[in-house]
Formats: sequence, C-alpha cells, structure tokens
Amino acid sequence: MKALRKPVYLAAGANTVSMGTGRKEFDPRKTRPGLEHYINEAVRAVLAQVSNADLVDEGVIANFMAARFNRQGNLASLLAAAHPALRYKPMVRVEGACGTGGLGLVTAIKTVLAELADVVLVVGVEVQNTVKAVYGADILAGAGHYASQRKGGHAYFFPAKFSDRAGAYFTRYGGERTRKAMAAWYANAIGNARLNPLAQEYHNTTPDLVKVGMSKPNPESFTEHLNLFDCSKVSDGAAALLVCSEEGLAKLGLGRDAAVQVAGYGQVVDDLVQAPPDLTTLTTSRKAVEGALGQAGIDVSEVGVFEVHDCFTITGILAVEALGLAQPGEGPDLVSAGGIGRGGAYPTNTSGGLIGYGHPTGASGVRMAVDLWKQLVGRAEGFQIPVAKPYGLLISMGGDDRTVVSMALRR
Amino acid sequence: MELSERLRNVAVVGAAGKMGSGISLLLAEQIAFAALEDKAGTYVLSLIDISDEGLLGLLRYLRAQALKTAEKQINRLRRLYADRADLVENGEMVAEFVHEVMLHVRTGKTLDLAKDAHLVFEAAFEKDELKIDIFRKLADVCGQSTFFLTNTSAIPINFLAKESGLEGRILGYHFYNPPAVQKLVELITPTQCSPRLSALAAELATRLGKTIVPAHDIAGFIGNGHFMRDGLHGIGEVERLSGDVGFVQAVWAVDRVSRDWLLRPMGIFQLIDYVGIDVFQLILSVMRRHIPAPELHSDLIDLYLELGVKGGQTSSGAQKDGFFRYEKGKPVAVYDPDRRQYVACEPEGWCAQVEAMLGAHPDTTMSWKALGRDRDKDAKLRAYFSRVKQSDTLGCDLARRYAAASRAAAERLVAMGVATRPEDVNSVLTLGFFHLYGPINDYL
Repeated sequence: MKALRKPVYLAAGANTVSMGTGRKEFDPRKTRPGLEHYINEAVRAVLAQVSNADLVDEGVIANFMAARFNRQGNLASLLAAAHPALRYKPMVRVEGACGTGGLGLVTAIKTVLAELADVVLVVGVEVQNTVKAVYGADILAGAGHYASQRKGGHAYFFPAKFSDRAGAYFTRYGGERTRKAMAAWYANAIGNARLNPLAQEYHNTTPDLVKVGMSKPNPESFTEHLNLFDCSKVSDGAAALLVCSEEGLAKLGLGRDAAVQVAGYGQVVDDLVQAPPDLTTLTTSRKAVEGALGQAGIDVSEVGVFEVHDCFTITGILAVEALGLAQPGEGPDLVSAGGIGRGGAYPTNTSGGLIGYGHPTGASGVRMAVDLWKQLVGRAEGFQIPVAKPYGLLISMGGDDRTVVSMALRR
Repeated sequence: MELSERLRNVAVVGAAGKMGSGISLLLAEQIAFAALEDKAGTYVLSLIDISDEGLLGLLRYLRAQALKTAEKQINRLRRLYADRADLVENGEMVAEFVHEVMLHVRTGKTLDLAKDAHLVFEAAFEKDELKIDIFRKLADVCGQSTFFLTNTSAIPINFLAKESGLEGRILGYHFYNPPAVQKLVELITPTQCSPRLSALAAELATRLGKTIVPAHDIAGFIGNGHFMRDGLHGIGEVERLSGDVGFVQAVWAVDRVSRDWLLRPMGIFQLIDYVGIDVFQLILSVMRRHIPAPELHSDLIDLYLELGVKGGQTSSGAQKDGFFRYEKGKPVAVYDPDRRQYVACEPEGWCAQVEAMLGAHPDTTMSWKALGRDRDKDAKLRAYFSRVKQSDTLGCDLARRYAAASRAAAERLVAMGVATRPEDVNSVLTLGFFHLYGPINDYL
C-alpha cells in the first residue's frame, strides 16, 4: 500500500445529539425535526469554528437510506441548504450502508490528495425515527443482499445476522463467558454515554447495567442470542468535520494542535452476495485495519484510543479481535477484564459507541472521527481520557462486515 | 363440531360496546390466524350492533388493534407468509395481516346476520329483558347446533337459558375489561350444558390465551360478587367519614387509600367510574332481583344517577366524569351532590388537609406499578403490610378496614358456594382486576 502523498488533517468536528428512545426529550408521538435540522446543526457548528466559511471548497454528504427513511433523494443539493457558502460548489453524496461515514471521510481525503481542494466538508446524517423499528428493519436490510436474503431473512434482519454470529461464537469459544462479556460491553458503553451529553443514553440511570445486559434473549419476539440491550440504538443525528490540506488548515486559521493528521486508512469491501467466510471473525474489518496500520506504518500497540462499530455487543467483541487487541476467542476475556474501559489498556468507544451514543447509521463513521479528534486534541470534555499514545483508530463497518473503512489518526 | 370448524362462522351480538369490541377483536385475530393456517376454509365473523356509528367505530378499532398485533407478532407472520413470494418486507406482511383480519368481518344491525353462525357471543347491556329478547330471537334465527356464549357478569345463566329456550346450548363466558388485555374468563356452567360446549369453551380459552376460573351460577358470580361489596364498603366509609371531614374530602381519602395504601391499580371510586356508575347500579339491581341481598344497594349511587353523573367511557375509550372529573386519566375534582358541581382538588388546600389527615404513606417506594413485575413481590407485600398493621395513622386504619371488608366479601363468596375455593376468588381479583394479591391472604 502506498503512503499518503501529502499530509491530510481532520479538524473542526461537531456532533449533534443522537435523538431517539432513551433521551428524555424524545417523544415518538410528536412531530420531530427532519434531515435538514440535523445537517444544518452539524454543518453550522463546524463552520462556526473557522475564520471564513467561504473557504470550504467541496462537500461530501454521507447518508445511507434517506430515500426510504425520509423519502428524500438529491442530498448533495440538500447539503448546500445548510449554509450560503456551500452554494455553487461541488457536493457529492456517498453510501455504504452503516459504513457510509467512513466512505465519506475517504472520499474527502482523496479529493484533498488529488489537490482539487484544500478544505472539504464531510457531513454524515441519518434520521431513522420516522418509522417504527419493525419497519426500520426492512429499510436497514438493504445493507444485505436484498434480492437473495430479505425474503428468507428474519423480521429483525441485522440483529438476526449478528445473533447468528453470536451463536457461532458461543459454540466455538463458549457461550457463558461470551454472554458475560457482551453484558460487560453494554455496561461500558452506557457508562461512557453517561459522560457525554450528546449521547442517546446520557440520561440512563439503570443501577445494575450488567444485570440488564444479561437479560435472556426472547427468540419469539426478537432473536435467539441477542437481547434488546445488545443492540445499538435507532437514532436521528448528524456529525460533521473538515478534511484539510496543510494549506487549508492555515487558510482557516486553525493551528496544527487543533487538528489530527490522517496517518493512514484501509478501505475494503467483500462480495455482498456471498455469506461471510467465518461467522466468528470480522474478516473484512481485519483487512481494513491492516491497511490502516500498514499505511500509517505503526503497530496497534501505538494506538491510545479506539472507536469501533459496535452495532451489537458481539460485534464489539469481534472488533477488538479484528484490531488484534486479542487473539481469536480471547476478546471476551479482554472485555470482561475491563481492557476496553476508560482506564484499560485499550480505551474504546469513550463517548458511548453505537450502543451508548447511538447509531444514526450514515453518520456513525463521521461521528467516530469527530470523537477521536476530540480525544486527541483534548476537547472531549466530560468523556475526555488522558490519551497515553499518539494515535487513534476507528472501524466504520457497513452491512455484515461487507464495506469497511479503518482509519488511523495522529495528534 | 370441533372448535376449528365452529370458528368458520362466528357472530358477536352487542359487538360495538366496550366488552363486545374487545371480544370481537380477539375473535377477528383468531379467525385471521386460522384462515392463514387453513387456506382452504371460508371464515366469517358477523359483528352485530344497533348503530352504524358504533359499528364504524368498531371497524376502526379492529384495524388499529390488528395493526399493533401484526407489528408485535411479526416473527410469527414471517413464518405464516413464508410461501407468499409477493410479501417480502415486514411492512408488507403487517398490511396483509390487517387486511386479512378485516376480510372476514361482516357488520350489520339485525340478528339475521347470525343465521349461519356456529358460535354466537353475546355482549349486550346487563339487563334481563334485553338479553332474554336477544336470545329468544337468536333461538329462532340460528340452527339447532349453534352454541351461545354469553358475556354476562351478573344475571344467572340458568335463568337466561330457561327464559330463552336455549337450555344445554348456552354458557356463561365472562371476559374482563378490556377483554383483549385481561387474562381472565369467568366460566359459569348452568345445570344443563352440553359436554361438547364445555370442552369447546375450555379449548377456546386456551387459544385466546385466557385463564378460566369457574364460578357457580349465583347472581354476580365471583367478579361482581366481590366488586359490588367492595364498592359498597368504600361508599360506607365515605358516609362514615363525611360528617367529620366533609364529603369530597372523604371520597378523595377513601379512593386514595384503596389505591395507594392497598397497592391497587385504581382507587375504588375511579374503578366505579371506569365501569360506569350506571352499570354499578344496574349490577346491584340485577343481584338484588336474583338473590336475597337487600344490602346490595346505595342511596349515593342512586343520587348520582338522578343528578346525571354516570361515569363510564366514551367510544374512544376516554374516561367520562363520574365521582371524579379526570384530566389525562387522573382524578382532579370530586363531584359534590349537595352543590351539584365538581370541587377541584386544591393541592395546597383541602387535598393537603386530606393528606395530613391520612398521615404518611407507610412506604412510598411501594406502589402497584413498582411491584407489578417484582420477583420478590410476595416478601415485599408481607413486609409492607406488617408496617400497615403496626401504624396508627388514619390511612393505615382505613386500609386495614378495607382489606378486612374485601376479605370478608371474598370469604362470603366461598361460603355461599359462588366460588368453590378461596384460590378462585383470588385468581379473579389478580387476573380480572389486576390486583397484586388476592383478598384472602395472611398479610394483615
């Protein structure tokens, strides 16, 4: 893999609240703000951090399924509605299921590397509470191969896919210890979310999180191996940041200490039509991580903070193995021992992750980059940890480990 | 004829009422699932009531509820629709199921619609003459093999059977309000009853997910036999207290104690409002007519009705004003028959005086809602009531008197032979009235 031909930076990040069940102000019976509200809020919060919004050269909007959740297409043009400075400029929409955010980042990075732009705005957005979860499951099933899989698939298509992964993992590596680790993952996610006022689970006050996380799954109403607490949230939200060249940073009046550098990324896909080669491994994610670390020229031991795509607790455990933080089958031990906790060797999802912060699908990859940026530049406020090492690493994953971006950022 | 066969043609008379609409929903969904599993059969559910308005409201209710059922049972629907290549998404299957539920429903205003029914449910108003009139007509209209299940809560079934000429073919099948939610069916088997009908009634309960509690054919059965006496005790307490503390204060106090001190879902007067003050009076009069019980009467209930204060619910399920005026389902004012107006609760005024008079609640962490799903419910109730027993506040005194009266009413039902066992009374109160515990207990 080639090293990046010139330095690229991420700066001026902003996330909105992840809105949905769990937030006190969320009332499903009332009319709620739509796509533009979240796009506008995130974009304006980014542009407020720079000297001159006109310096934005291009924009990328990352969104998975607005065409179905919101009956809205032509999102590139909708992005220009967020700020007058965005009109009559090149904007593009990208899509890669729940890995959409990662693709948005990569698209912007490539534009800067191609020297077509010095400042590219990246926005991720998804507004999913327009439909009940039972109908949302149909929409999200579009991240799998719809034609061959939806009809025979489970009512809750993706929860069932990862329930199958959990079942396979239980059989191979032991159910009880894995179940306990899944509950520990949940407890860690909610504990972190309680420190992040933007998180959907910020208001969570459940006293015994592990006990809740251990709830017995109900296959009749949901899935065989996952309970509802194993799942990420149904969320409305947006995240945005600027991808800049060195010149871009200077023009915007942002110092190097206000930015993180893209040390390397890996972006790979696997065949959507085929079943994953091994249900107990995130094979594609592993390749993406290898790409990111390889391009950055670093070892995972140099990473001080992680953001992984914990769409389900079991996915979190599989992700720490894909990162190489634990050997195959040993992820549960690392998680149960607190290895991914705020004080652990590998602090992960410090703002709550998909389970604690929420999962506005198309926005999640951008949201991860924003939160890593916050940690690395010391702007994470309530969820700030002392990051002991210079790098942060994210995995933005789409579908059942099909479309994946991993990215290493350096402060 | 097996239950499955009888379900192919079912009628509900009085279908648009509160109980009738719930029973109609249970049957409509049952029939839709049966039709999905048995694609060759023809299924008809005839829903009969007296007004077009009521029947339209019923259809709207069925649609809305069928939608909720389909969303909740989506896993089951995906299995049932596995062979339908045209149905891929959850949303498509949910819409198809709602369509299926409505597909088998016929509505009408005449009893002729029940002509071909193999099974007829009756849920008309609790009036002897009305029910007898309906059953006599149905006896003419329907075939000789038709079975009848009557949702009667007080009128003896033997009496109805004899008066209508349906002996052997009719059974008391008393659902609880709301029928789609409450798990209880009180089963009253008259002297003459086809064993096939008894077996069918039991099988139907299993299919509908209901628990059957048998009651003997004595007016009011177990449910109303307890509820009427429980309500009259509350009214008696109001009459005893109101001389000292005032009427509205007494109503407020007794309702609050019967809810929050006894840990019930509703206070006694809210419950009477929920059922309807008119229905409460009607049940009392039915019971007096059929059993020697002159004490089953209340001047206060008669007075309220004379003044036009009736309680009950609107067709959309909202609570109408009765003992209380309601805002968002909660009592906010008490009707004072002397002044002929509602007296609003003044949180800093008379309501605060009632609170002071009752004394502190024995344990504010204990409530019907909090204990509903608690696995240690029994131990917690025991500890809670031992505090009630030891306290000398007025609230605890009223609670003890209330629990004792409730227990006495329950034991009397066993002594009268209405219930075979104390457990049956307890089951009716826990399953039909959503109480956390039965009245026959050793807590106090």
